[in-house]
Amino acid sequence: MAEMIATRDAYGKALAEFGEKYDFLVLDADLAAATKTVNFKKAFPDRFFDCGIAEGNMMSVAAGIATTGQTVFASSFAMFAAGRAFEQVRNSIGYPHLNVKIGATHAGITVGEDGATHQCNEDMALMRTIPGMTVICPADAVSARAAVEAAILHKGPVYMRFGRAPMPVIYDSDYRFEIGKGRVLKDGKDLTIVATGITVHMALSASETLEKEGISAAVIDIATIKPIDKDLLLTYAAKTGKILTCEEHSIIGGLGGAVCETVSEQCPCIVKRIGIEDRFGVSGKAMEVAAAFGLSTENITEKAKELARK
Amino acid sequence: MLEKRKQELQKIAANVRLGILEEVYNAASGHPGGSLSVADILTYLYFEKMNIDPKDPKKDDRDRFVLSKGHTSPALYSVLAHRGFFPTEDLKTFRKYGSYLQGHPDMKGIPGVDMSTGSLGLGISAACGMALSAKYNKKNYRVYTVIGDGESEEGQVWEAFMFAAHYKLDNLCAVLDFNGLQIDGPITDVIDPTPFDEKFKAFGWNVLEINAHDFDEIENAFRTAENLKGAPTVIIAHSVKGKGVSYMENKCEWHGSAPKKEQYDIAVAELSEYLAKLG
Ligand SMILES: Cc1ncc(C[n+]2csc(CCOP(=O)(O)OP(=O)(O)O)c2C)c(N)n1
Ligand SMILES: [Mg+2]
Repeated sequence: MAEMIATRDAYGKALAEFGEKYDFLVLDADLAAATKTVNFKKAFPDRFFDCGIAEGNMMSVAAGIATTGQTVFASSFAMFAAGRAFEQVRNSIGYPHLNVKIGATHAGITVGEDGATHQCNEDMALMRTIPGMTVICPADAVSARAAVEAAILHKGPVYMRFGRAPMPVIYDSDYRFEIGKGRVLKDGKDLTIVATGITVHMALSASETLEKEGISAAVIDIATIKPIDKDLLLTYAAKTGKILTCEEHSIIGGLGGAVCETVSEQCPCIVKRIGIEDRFGVSGKAMEVAAAFGLSTENITEKAKELARK
Repeated sequence: MLEKRKQELQKIAANVRLGILEEVYNAASGHPGGSLSVADILTYLYFEKMNIDPKDPKKDDRDRFVLSKGHTSPALYSVLAHRGFFPTEDLKTFRKYGSYLQGHPDMKGIPGVDMSTGSLGLGISAACGMALSAKYNKKNYRVYTVIGDGESEEGQVWEAFMFAAHYKLDNLCAVLDFNGLQIDGPITDVIDPTPFDEKFKAFGWNVLEINAHDFDEIENAFRTAENLKGAPTVIIAHSVKGKGVSYMENKCEWHGSAPKKEQYDIAVAELSEYLAKLG
């Protein structure tokens, strides 16, 4: 059984770890205990600044800090980082292309009990439309840690999406994060499952079941939603002719949208999308709600079978 | 302030106003009213106060300026051009396709612009970030920002005021361009943000009040602000929207419309006459 760790935990630990090596500040908006920036706060109290419950101000403050050449992280829940503060992220950070790293936790439906007001299934769509914004959605704790370092080393704005609920660790500690590169976790010829975030481990187990039933499914982890790995997607669109996208996000504008945009222009093939189907979330236990919204190994397996038969 | 220096500044400010009109007239677009009301403050900051170098606009220890009321870019551009950051001839290209003089301040493409602004309420927060970074990095530069009185209706302005006081950003000085007008009418009719002084004090700031068109008062206020430690300072600058062009003064209609040819000629004639009087 794989170890279970929430990517937000990996994020907080990574901040504290890399704080030794790199010079950056961290801002939060009264959610340090939940976003896990509290780890950094404890390690480097003079480099942590709470902005209070004022996310818009926090994003523009981060922008101002970045103009002075100082790298800075700003954290809140995805709903407030990308939602409430969308315009501040766009105009204060995106337009001047400033070196701000947004660590957005509690993304997606697996927020669970808090329900629809806190389940942000729109953040990748919002952030993806900002010119020059890098959007990252790591699949597990190992890649989340590596993504934090990649973001620090990258010059320019980065939006990172982390989850609240513990998820299986799938990568080994020698994993290296390369912004803009997808990763083929399993090769296949009948269809390609393109997954991101918490659906990557589901896609992997689905592919094993499919294999047993004679369906050869490739599995790709797209951890960088933008810039997306066009070459890899086009290669697999050509090779398998069928793509199934999986994401803990609206099927509008996120990974599914990005994949459709990519293949439709250069190598049209059928793309089926699994994700939140244009509706708001509901309260419940994280994985219970996720499954109810189609995010499960079973549903991925079933949808992959349907697609393979087409 | 020495009479001679005051007169020089008045002349520069008059030329800055001519530049504002040239920009807006040639673009047939832009915001003259609030540009004219803030012209003296910006002239003082860039010609007297701030540690800046037009030849090295990004030098590390420079004082920073954020025009939070970014729509009054014509004033900032005219001051920067007259101060030598770029040629005054370029002012004619303001808002034109292909020009670097974008409708609202763009720090990426315009020498001397420290922060991109235009969406009201965001700039003052960015100024807070610059001031915070200066404290953390033990830098001595100061940060200046100008907000509009209408702009103060944005909630984020008050988030920024809370933030700056909480982190004791005494290296930050904000100016409120109190011209009494916004787009839909007088600020007290639209949605009344006054009284400013009591609100700012309650938010933990030092508060100074001046006539925005009097260089002695402007100088005293900025000097005082520099010496006030432990809290940020806001200067409530009582100004006249459209200042310097008779038919634009205190008129809401000149917030965001450009003069036609005859109107432009009248404005230029008025300011030229004023310049001639100054000698
Ligand atoms: C967030 C935002 N809302 C609306 C506008 C449109 N707008 C531009 S100027 C302005 C009025 C500003 O009034 P004030 O702050 O008093 O400026 P001034 O009088 O100095 O020109 C408005 C509403 C904007 N630029 N940003
Ligand atoms: Mg006004």
